[in-house]
Amino acid sequence: MSEHNLCQEFLSQISDYLDNNIDPLTCAELEKHLVDCPNCKVFVDTLKKTVYLYQQQEADINVPSEVRGRLYKVLSLDDLTR
Amino acid sequence: MQEREPISIKALKAGDREAFAAMVDAYSPKLYKLALRMSGDPLEAEEILQEAFLKAYRGLDNFRGGSKLSTWLYRITANEALMRHRKHELEKVPIDEPLLLDNGAEIPRELKDWCCLPEAELMSAEAQDTLDIAINSLSPARRAAFVLRDLHGLSTREAANVLQISEAAIKTRLLRARLQLRETLSSYFSERMERLSNV
Repeated sequence: MSEHNLCQEFLSQISDYLDNNIDPLTCAELEKHLVDCPNCKVFVDTLKKTVYLYQQQEADINVPSEVRGRLYKVLSLDDLTR
Repeated sequence: MQEREPISIKALKAGDREAFAAMVDAYSPKLYKLALRMSGDPLEAEEILQEAFLKAYRGLDNFRGGSKLSTWLYRITANEALMRHRKHELEKVPIDEPLLLDNGAEIPRELKDWCCLPEAELMSAEAQDTLDIAINSLSPARRAAFVLRDLHGLSTREAANVLQISEAAIKTRLLRARLQLRETLSSYFSERMERLSNV
């Protein structure tokens, strides 16, 4: 298979690869391709980093206390606010 | 192994306010995050959150326990957010915009390795704004798949159950969302690398 086809093969399985949702043999083949193909390596690294950055950002989102207070009020639960 | 539901469904259905408050306590942080990601607007997110819990309260009798309580609440919240999107006609990008080749893959355009940028650069206020702009430019369908799978950690099956679509559709939307976000962030961070190297 040509290098270009290997890249296409890799791209078509990228989500399953990121989710550890492929069989060990295919995974080993893809990882071997990553060693040989700098473009696919950059691609997968930046894709992982993209998801990581959003996960980091997500961790900083909290329900503001005033939003929480109004929610309890709307639900007539303000006497039970903890 | 299935997680044990910490809230008593029986108490909820019996109208126990303490149980309902416990449910709000347990799930409002996650549902607020989902609402905020789906709407991209704090005021709208608050309204979605309130409406979702009001609908949950009114609909408790219809909750049959066929899915987890969290899945049911996620579904109500996601539906509320998607309905508002449609109502506001914010959807400008067609859900199935052909960004990819037939086999589901797209040839990436940006191939600069920006992973080596310092953390301060990756987490700067400008970078955070770029992240927001990128996620808000996803179609609601792609955004929902990305948020549920990658940010809330739901399995493909759970996300499919929440959005009431097939697992294959979740996978396709997730892949497209990830690729679109990577492309936008790569474009921004590559430019930052250029600028930093010229300083």
